[in-house]
Amino acid sequence: MLKDITLGQYFPGDTIAHRLDPRTKLLLVIVYIVGLFNAVGWYSYAFVIAVTGMCMLVSKIRPAAAFKGLKPVIFIIVLTALLNIFYTDGTPVIEGWIITWEGIAKAVMMSVRIILLIVGTFLLTYTTSPIALTDGLELLLNPLKKIKVPVHEMSMMMSMALRFIPTLIEETDKIMSAQKARGADFETGNLMRRAKALLPILVPLFVSSFRRADELAIAMESRCYHGGEGRTRMKTLKMQGIDFAALLLGAAFLAIIFIMKRFGL
Amino acid sequence: MSSVIKIENLHYTYPGDEFESLKGVSLEIERGSFVAILGHNGSGKSTLAKHLNAILLPSEGSVKINGIDTCDEDSLLTIRSTVGMVFQNPDNQIVANVVEDDVAFAPENLGVPSAEIRERVDNALKAVDMYEFRLHAPHLLSGGQKQRVAIAGIIAMQPEVIVLDEPTAMLDPKGRREVIDTVTKLCREKGITIVLITHHMSECINADRVAVMSNGEIVADGTPQAVFSQVELMHSEGLAVPATTEIMWQLNKNGFALPLSALGIADCAKEIAKEIG
Repeated sequence: MLKDITLGQYFPGDTIAHRLDPRTKLLLVIVYIVGLFNAVGWYSYAFVIAVTGMCMLVSKIRPAAAFKGLKPVIFIIVLTALLNIFYTDGTPVIEGWIITWEGIAKAVMMSVRIILLIVGTFLLTYTTSPIALTDGLELLLNPLKKIKVPVHEMSMMMSMALRFIPTLIEETDKIMSAQKARGADFETGNLMRRAKALLPILVPLFVSSFRRADELAIAMESRCYHGGEGRTRMKTLKMQGIDFAALLLGAAFLAIIFIMKRFGL
Repeated sequence: MSSVIKIENLHYTYPGDEFESLKGVSLEIERGSFVAILGHNGSGKSTLAKHLNAILLPSEGSVKINGIDTCDEDSLLTIRSTVGMVFQNPDNQIVANVVEDDVAFAPENLGVPSAEIRERVDNALKAVDMYEFRLHAPHLLSGGQKQRVAIAGIIAMQPEVIVLDEPTAMLDPKGRREVIDTVTKLCREKGITIVLITHHMSECINADRVAVMSNGEIVADGTPQAVFSQVELMHSEGLAVPATTEIMWQLNKNGFALPLSALGIADCAKEIAKEIG
């Protein structure tokens, strides 16, 4: 049952979006978010929606898959919408009501903004493998090394964590089976009881993770790991023509948003 | 210089322990040889292994790799790239999500140029017959395959010695055979010195030399034939001798006069046939 969890949500493919350098995609997501938050009027929203749709088409991500990621945040979207509906001043829809036209407009805008934000960032994780993502992040943040930010260590930790997710899931499965075989019950009872029932899983998992970490550290040292200094990579990331083209499009997108903002569209 | 590893009067006590885990071990390992170190749990064999690439440093005595003392901190990377180490649990020594990325880890750490890493990785994967799995995720491989990837990860470092610390303890018989065959091949064809730490007798038959450890000391040392024919000693150390030797020994107890040096089944059968005429 635990095996069904897909983490990182990466869909392998061979589209232009998949071939782009992870650094390009990370930058584009930042551009996208800045653009989204500077969209003020309905026209700019329509423009952002159109761009998002185009990106989805290019990366061949089915809308159903993209919107699946929205499930966990539906509550937040609804809550923001309700708050905006009830707490915005303006002309009431019906005389004496608390709901105003402005409130409705704002609620819709806010909901659309959150949805676009999530769909847009998901496009990144859908088209980029987690490892490519950490590599890209390390290279992008490289300048921060000058001010002593442990960039290499952070990205190493991230890729290590990603590497061990399947191993730990497997282990959790094993421990759960072992505890079930000894009569543990994870499925009945109220929330408190179930939470308590998880303790006999978490403790062994925790202990064994520490043992793993220790062995892994020794194995890494045995293979001459000594931090990021003087380290080379087998696969070096290279910006290509399409990367520059994509970045140029990103800049154009941002320019259009700001022009629209200037005119209040 | 024919010996690649030279251990002299090595003593080691784990921090916080009262008793010594190694009590004066001296051992020289010849370049290109296949040496098996046998012993049951707690005999100090893994502690000895960890001294060979400076994971542990001697409390007393010295360990020299190609003449370099392991206590010399400036030579740490040289020592670790000369003596590669493969551990028991394959899951805990694979660092990347893709087989070839994992094999590339050691040369990346050593700062080898990208093109050469590619070449080393391909050669290493071919040497352990895992080339066609280079794009697979390690956690989907079998135990024997994972362990071979771990060995490839060490080979890519181009070491002179590979120390394997109970590499087959968590494997099924098939995986065990894969690993031992791979290791033997590396020693015979590529001339890599192999130090195999194990408690399976059957894995030592191909070795040039077997050293038996007990309570932090070496109690027997010699060719597999010479060591295994000391059946009483082996039994007192809680180690089982190979089935063939055991048969010969039992027969001898009942009045036969068979040589205990025959290790293979065919040799064994021949000797018995000769004896009963």
